[in-house]
Amino acid sequence: MLGDGILKGMAETAKNFFLSYVSKERLTTVEYPEHRIPTVENARVFPFLVYDGADWEAGLRCVACQICEKECPPKCIYIEKSTDKKPDFVGKQQFYPARFDIDVSVCMSCQICVEVCPFEAIKMDTEFELATDDRFGGLLEDRQKLAKSNEYYHSIHPTEATEVDARLAEEKAKAEAKAKAAADAAAKATAEASAAKAADAPDHAQPTPKPTAEGGS
Amino acid sequence: MAANLDQIFILLRDWLVGFLPAALRPATGVVLGVIAIVCVFPGLFALTTVFERKGLGRIQNRIGPNRVGPFGLFQPVADGIKSLTKEDVVPLSANAAVHFLAPLVLVVAVFMEFAVLPIGRNMVLVDMDAGLLFFFAMGAATELSVFMAGWSSRNKYSLLGAMRAVAQMISYEVVLLLSSVAVVMISGSLSLPKIVAAQDQFTNGFPHWYIFTPWGLAGFLIYAIAATAETNRSPFDLPEGESELVAGYHTEYSGFKFALFFLGEYLAMFSISGLGTTLFLGGWSAPFSFLTWVPSWIWFFGKVMLSIFVFIWLRGTLPRLRQDQLMNFAWKFVLPFTLLNLMVTALWRFMGEGWQRWVVCTVILVAAYVVMGRLEMRREHFGPRSYRYAE
Amino acid sequence: MSPIFYLLAALTLAGGLATVLLKHLVHAALAVTIAFAGLALLFLQLDAQFAGFAQILVYIGAVAILIVFAILLTHGADLPKEGVFSKTWLVGLIIAAGVFAVLGWAVLASVSAVPQQNTMPAVTVHDIGNALVGRYVLPLEIVALLLTAATIGAVIVAMHEKERPR
Repeated sequence: MLGDGILKGMAETAKNFFLSYVSKERLTTVEYPEHRIPTVENARVFPFLVYDGADWEAGLRCVACQICEKECPPKCIYIEKSTDKKPDFVGKQQFYPARFDIDVSVCMSCQICVEVCPFEAIKMDTEFELATDDRFGGLLEDRQKLAKSNEYYHSIHPTEATEVDARLAEEKAKAEAKAKAAADAAAKATAEASAAKAADAPDHAQPTPKPTAEGGS
Repeated sequence: MAANLDQIFILLRDWLVGFLPAALRPATGVVLGVIAIVCVFPGLFALTTVFERKGLGRIQNRIGPNRVGPFGLFQPVADGIKSLTKEDVVPLSANAAVHFLAPLVLVVAVFMEFAVLPIGRNMVLVDMDAGLLFFFAMGAATELSVFMAGWSSRNKYSLLGAMRAVAQMISYEVVLLLSSVAVVMISGSLSLPKIVAAQDQFTNGFPHWYIFTPWGLAGFLIYAIAATAETNRSPFDLPEGESELVAGYHTEYSGFKFALFFLGEYLAMFSISGLGTTLFLGGWSAPFSFLTWVPSWIWFFGKVMLSIFVFIWLRGTLPRLRQDQLMNFAWKFVLPFTLLNLMVTALWRFMGEGWQRWVVCTVILVAAYVVMGRLEMRREHFGPRSYRYAE
Repeated sequence: MSPIFYLLAALTLAGGLATVLLKHLVHAALAVTIAFAGLALLFLQLDAQFAGFAQILVYIGAVAILIVFAILLTHGADLPKEGVFSKTWLVGLIIAAGVFAVLGWAVLASVSAVPQQNTMPAVTVHDIGNALVGRYVLPLEIVALLLTAATIGAVIVAMHEKERPR
């Protein structure tokens, strides 16, 4: 019969209309500023920089490699490399960002910066209340504002953060083992060298320096 | 007391006019009536916008606006202030004069429609002999304003919206007119107060509303469909289909001019609901004879608001039609059925009193509906939809 | 001849002149609706409600929209480069003058033929309806037939042509 689909649909909406006054479970939305639905773990809004330890400046994982700056599709990241170096989490000397700015109004939350970062230094935040009445300053986040501790990262993305920590620990262990092996090898080499030196004559062939700048420019 | 309450606005007007010299009295009375219409219906519009949003919210299991004032009732005030303080942007290549005139033509034409609607007993601004024709003549002028708005904006979305709107309004205006001709055939008058008076009678406590006759019910349903299309309401809101045309013919309007368009649309809804009430639902007459002590204007506004609720309900339920579906529905289903309804009305008129005419008219209409519905559905293939690429 | 009549006459004439003189086709179409509206108001001023409202309904609601649609669908809204005034304006003027002369003659002749009435006849919609389906039923039916034939013709013209095998 023509038109019974319309009647069925209207009965459905009428049911919604009246029952939404009766049962609170039907309401799919909450009254936002007073009530909030907790954000799901995979939520992502805006990137932040992870730091380890207590001091944000010393603990920043970022090494200012500028990969994220180059990969960012809307070009909202601005990095200035430092001139000096500081040790990273494995103790290796690395550059650090002297400036690290992200423009909230330009960022499109694509997470590409997170995907490309080899140092697990930049992650996505779940904080979404980014509105501000300061049109220029308030929307440009500098590195101090962006820096958030690893504990915070654990609190918003627990699974992901644990994986990251495991990976970093593994890397650190590997680096330490390598360093140890290198140290052992060096120690062994020096020991052997000194032994050989003691045994052989000191007329060991000097390595010839590489010929450089043949034709000039 | 009840009679006084019924006529309270007439008495109030006469009392106010009584302070003036006799020469000025008729003109002042009319001006007061105009002022009342110009104040009451926009006020109703403001309330309707917030009720519509709340109603749609409830239909979708949401709460709806509830921030401005108690239960969000001051939302229209906030909206009004917002639209009044917004910048009035006119596109550089727009035809400025026509662009400016379009919303004015719409609002003026729609306000004129209220002049002939009987809002209560004796409460009609102008009792015209050809009142119904006046109403439709003013409705025709709104089409022109829609075209003016769409064309003068010099925007493809506006122009497409206007073309759709005008094509749709012309198609459904035929149906709207023909469905009300049935009422004219029975009541024998084009004057709206006379049509209401013809329905304001009771048998065994039940009213003589035209909707309680076979041809009246069919006519009312056709009228409701045509009225929904005529006011560009969902499911016939193709002219301003947000997902396709931004906002249709008022894409390039902002600030106060946009508010005027918005006002015009809702006023058209009120006026067309008022006309439907007058023609089929007995206008200001009470639904039962023991309720006649309730003032007539309460019945009128109650019925109009009920129609508005149905408009909102439909909007919350039905998806938008496609352009070819819209046109096919108008010309191949609704129009033939309306013409048949006219014949049935004539039959009703000439069969005289008695139960025979009820049976004959009902059988003809139901049979026609079933047969035409079958024919209409025959071409459609219902069932699970198949997609070429999505699966 | 009240001042209102002169006002309405001026409005109608202005609308008509604007229709002829305006360069932009859509402006001309909008101006012709002003002329139609002025004419409708003249009818109303003569207390001919039915004719006045029918004029608005048919001419503003349908004819003006039809003109506008025709303009838009034929890409005629753009200004032609060589100007809008026809080269054969003299012939047009002669034809227009001829039509005007015939119409004027008909009006003047009818004024002398019909006896002058001093009292205004009270014509209600009811009377018009009775006259239409009573005394003038044959002309009405002929017009109806003509319109039906025109509608069917339009449908046939607009129908999809079936692809013929070549």
